[in-house]
This record gives sequence, C-alpha cells and structure tokens, in this order.
Amino acid sequence: MTAKETFDRLAEKFSQLGLAYLEGKDPAILVQADDLVELAQHLRDEEEYDYCSSITGVDYPDRFEVVYHLYSTKKEGGPVTLKVTADREDPKVPSVVSIWPGANWQEREVWDLMGIRFEGHPNLTRVLMWEGFKGHPLRKDFPGTEDEYAFS
Amino acid sequence: MTQEDLVPPELRRNVLIAPVDWIYNLGRAGSVWPMMFGLACCAFEMIVTLTSRYDLARFGMEFMRASPRQTELMIVAGTITKKMAPQVVRLYDQMPEPKYVLAMGACAISGGPFKDGYSVVPGADKLLPVNVYVPGCPPRPESLLDAVLKLHQEIKGETIRTSPWYRKDVDREVPVPEYGPWGLVLPKGENSE
Repeated sequence: MTAKETFDRLAEKFSQLGLAYLEGKDPAILVQADDLVELAQHLRDEEEYDYCSSITGVDYPDRFEVVYHLYSTKKEGGPVTLKVTADREDPKVPSVVSIWPGANWQEREVWDLMGIRFEGHPNLTRVLMWEGFKGHPLRKDFPGTEDEYAFS
Repeated sequence: MTQEDLVPPELRRNVLIAPVDWIYNLGRAGSVWPMMFGLACCAFEMIVTLTSRYDLARFGMEFMRASPRQTELMIVAGTITKKMAPQVVRLYDQMPEPKYVLAMGACAISGGPFKDGYSVVPGADKLLPVNVYVPGCPPRPESLLDAVLKLHQEIKGETIRTSPWYRKDVDREVPVPEYGPWGLVLPKGENSE
C-alpha cells in the first residue's frame, strides 16, 4: 500500500480534519495539532500502526515541525509519516504517550533538544542535558555553550 | 668506584648495584595497571589490545582493574561528553599516585569531529594532565601498544628526587567540573567569595 493510498483513505474518513498530502521522496501527511490524537488513535486501533518508531523535531525559519514515523508489526508497509507544525514562539504539540507508550522518552528528547512542549505528557523533563541547563541545543539559534575548564 | 670495589668477592655474581631510580622505575614501568574504563568506540580497540593477538599483558598490564584505587593508568578511550566529564575527573582523583593519563583517539585529544558540538569536551587535556596522546580514529591496537611503550619511556626517565607525588607542597588534585546553566563550570572554592 503506497503512502498516497493510505492518505486517500484517511482523507476520506477524516474529511472534516483538513489533512494535507506532502509530495516528495518520503511522502507525509500534514496534520493540524488539535487533530493529532484523534488521527493517531485511529491509526493504531483501526489501521494496526502499533509501532511509533521515531519522533523528531525540525527547526524551520518560520515554524517548528514534529515528524512521526509509524510502522506496523502486524502487516507490511510503512512508514506512515505524520507531520505537525508548531508555533515558532511558543511551540506546543499534544502528546501521544497515551496511544504509543514508547513515545514517552522520544517526546522528552524533542523537548530537551528542540524545546517543543508536549501537552499531556506525564513527565516532560530533560533526558540528555542536565537539569538546570538553559536553552535547547539543537535549535538553530542556540548560541553555544560557555565552559570553564581547569586546563586551557 | 666500581662494583668490584664495593661488593665482597663471594657476592659478586649475586648482587647488582644500580641507582634507586633505575630499579624503582623498572618496577613501576613493568606493572602499570590500566583502569577498566572506556567511553566510546575507541574502547573496543582497547579491548582488542588486551586479547591474545596483541596481548597487552606482555608489557606488564595483566589486568584491567575494575576499581580506580588499584590502577595507575587511565586510558581515556573515546569521546568525553560534558555529562560524563565530572565522573571522569572523579575517577582520576580516586586513583592512587603515581598516576598517568593516556588520551586515545581524536576525541580524547581534541574533541575530534564533535569539537564544536554543545555536548563534547574538546580534549581530555582540558580536564586532566595527559601524558601520552595516541592519534587515530580509532587508533589501531599497534598504536596503543606504541603509546604504552612511550609511557614506559616516560616513567623510566623520572627520578624519585623530584617526583611530585612524594612532595607535600604540590597539590595534584584536579578540580571536578560541575553542571552549570550554560555548560561546565569549575567548582566554587571555599575561599572564593
């Protein structure tokens, strides 16, 4: 099943949500942030996409984007790629931990490094950087760290 | 004064007269025990160096000791991340004197390809006094063996009269870095106000 067929089926079923198909080498489905949980629930329960293999953040000049790659352990095909945009000033995306529990640490990683807040996450704390670190290092405008060393 | 003058005839073939430095350094160089400590991919080359094909035990490094209190050599094998840096320095401070540091691979020398990253310390020598640098990414086991021989040379060139670990006026403790809001910071001393 191609990504286009999957999109057509979803677009027919969720015609009120305004899904958009993004052409390209790796086609994706653009989802509004408010509709993400509803669509994810459908994809897991009805379409058997039970494995959320990666959640990543992308920093564009005018927006942030969160990309979800979904696979199935029961049928062939995939990935189904979902993209959600978030505001540049105050990026917020609903959490999908309630649907795929494995999203927990991945969302924490995106929060840690890109500063995108996942609403409804049970424990949104830093994973890689230490507590008390200021800023989110994978943002393009991150100024860089200022370290003190004993020998320099 | 020669050996013949100093030693009675019946002991001449049994007693060796040598400087204290020579015998002291020979003993130390022949039993440098490294710490079982690897940070990244260079650690695998270090492990291979211990296997029978390369056999680090030929140079007196019989064991990787799992406790820093039984070791003399820290092989910094891999990238030192800022998250790991306090633990690396803490392990170094726990080693008994005399102690040596061997920076293995590009990352331990200078940060390597990650030098400009937000998460990597640009070189073990920012944190620790390094004795031998081994270039390579990762260095082959032969390079590590060569570095060990270089370290033996350095040890054999030392003299007990000026060795800093017997002097009370030399502070050899290295400050453990702490996590700050913009990167690693040095600990605030008790006297610094």
